[in-house]
Amino acid sequence: MEKKPLSRAVVTVIGKDRVGILAGVSAKCAQAGANVIEVTQSVIEEFFCMVMIIDIDNLSCSLDGLQTCIKEECNDMEVHVMHENIFNSMHRI
Amino acid sequence: MLNMSDIMETITMIQEENLDIRTITMGISLADCADSDIDRSCAKVYDKICRKAENLVSTGEAIEKKYGIPIVNKRISVTPIAQLAGASGGNPINYALTLDKAADAVGVNFIGGYSALVHKGFSAGDRVLIDSIPEALAETNLVCSSVNIGSTRAGINMDAVRLMGHQIKKAAELTRDNQCIGAAKLVVFCNAVEDNPFMAGAFHGAGEADCVISAGVSGPGVVRSVLAKMPDDAPLHEIAEAIKKTAFKITRMGQLVGSEAAEKLGAEFGIIDLSLAPTPAIGDSVAHILEEIGLEQCGAHGTTAALAMLNDAVKKGGVMASSSVGGLSGAFIPVSEDAGMIAAARSGALSIEKLEAMTAVCSVGLDMIVIPGDTDEAVISAIIADEAAIGMINSKTTAVRVIPAIGVPEGEELNFGGLLGYGPVMKLRKESPAKMIERGGRIPAPIQSLKN
Repeated sequence: MEKKPLSRAVVTVIGKDRVGILAGVSAKCAQAGANVIEVTQSVIEEFFCMVMIIDIDNLSCSLDGLQTCIKEECNDMEVHVMHENIFNSMHRI
Repeated sequence: MLNMSDIMETITMIQEENLDIRTITMGISLADCADSDIDRSCAKVYDKICRKAENLVSTGEAIEKKYGIPIVNKRISVTPIAQLAGASGGNPINYALTLDKAADAVGVNFIGGYSALVHKGFSAGDRVLIDSIPEALAETNLVCSSVNIGSTRAGINMDAVRLMGHQIKKAAELTRDNQCIGAAKLVVFCNAVEDNPFMAGAFHGAGEADCVISAGVSGPGVVRSVLAKMPDDAPLHEIAEAIKKTAFKITRMGQLVGSEAAEKLGAEFGIIDLSLAPTPAIGDSVAHILEEIGLEQCGAHGTTAALAMLNDAVKKGGVMASSSVGGLSGAFIPVSEDAGMIAAARSGALSIEKLEAMTAVCSVGLDMIVIPGDTDEAVISAIIADEAAIGMINSKTTAVRVIPAIGVPEGEELNFGGLLGYGPVMKLRKESPAKMIERGGRIPAPIQSLKN
């Protein structure tokens, strides 16, 4: 059987650092059936910036739905959930 | 692997610099809707548009959500209606009403193609369609109209030029209670392209496939912010290089969205139009890019050179990013749709003469310019003739979309709302070109060698 290429999305969360951001976002991803593949985060001064790459092959809701869910968890932060193809097409030849 | 700075760059472009897909436009051929009976023909047109474009808006919205990138407009272009009107006879207004109804039913912002191609002469349907344009635009909301009156191969049809001066004035008069909006939906072209996804000049050319999706990208704000980060003493070739790289990224995104939309809609992927299309929103202005390059205000001496470089760099970057580039592909300079242009027109820095010079080095032409309401028809015709001459000689597309501000005193402004923007009445020259315009006839096609 031919193996389907992984379908992945990029979750970004930006805002003021506090306890439990990563835990909260990961929990929402798990609820939606998204497997976390990679997490990069940095805190510059008090500014928290996290990029999470997730596998969305078994996602139980839409990307838009997941974004709304995560936003509910981190309503004080800026949240984006976008399919990875947009980044691949813009930054790779 | 994706790296964090690339991801953040994309998000900043969309979030803070107004990067968006300006339009996905579905081109639909109506060749198979022609009928000798106008009612039957209109019924077929309505059915075909609704059938093909049924999922256009919902597909666009799904893609917006998937990639987190706004797609501002979803639009339709159709076969020039003059061709159907020629076959069916009857009052072409019926077609305009049909297009309006179909556009409303599928939920698109505009439908283009109430058009006639008369660069060499009028055939059956052309004259009646042109005669009906002002009324058609006054009676519909979503229909856009265009007329091609010249080309490099055919020369300029000056009878059509004379006619269009009259029709533009009439289109404004019939919509005087609504900001003269009729004239804002009417474009006169020289060398019109068949695959342009941008309004008001979009139509579906005869050489196109049955159903095609094309995308127009935007992003003046992104280009400006890249230039703003460059040092003040950076030489111009480095500025051009930065523009090129940015255009590449923007175009790749358009290619992704356009091809995915085409696939989902079962249509062919047409072209990416590499245009920098401004909006009146702050930070989405082509004029501000020129000012970032180093002009005190758009319209200053040097504007034409800066624009030429910008236009060329955008094309170079975009062509590398997509194998199907077409449409108008260049920087747009619509006055009322660009915050920087509006400011320059208000302050007097930007004159109609300078705009005319700028159109020689960029797409598309004298676009969205508010002119005095008492302007003589012959003057409007002469503006069209000048612009068409630039296009004809330079083998490029040029266009005129001017809006006579009927009943609006000098110094005041028209406000069309939304993406069409607002703008002050611009001064024109007073000397009369009436005798030349009255002559009519044809300006012969230019020689294509001995270029200087």
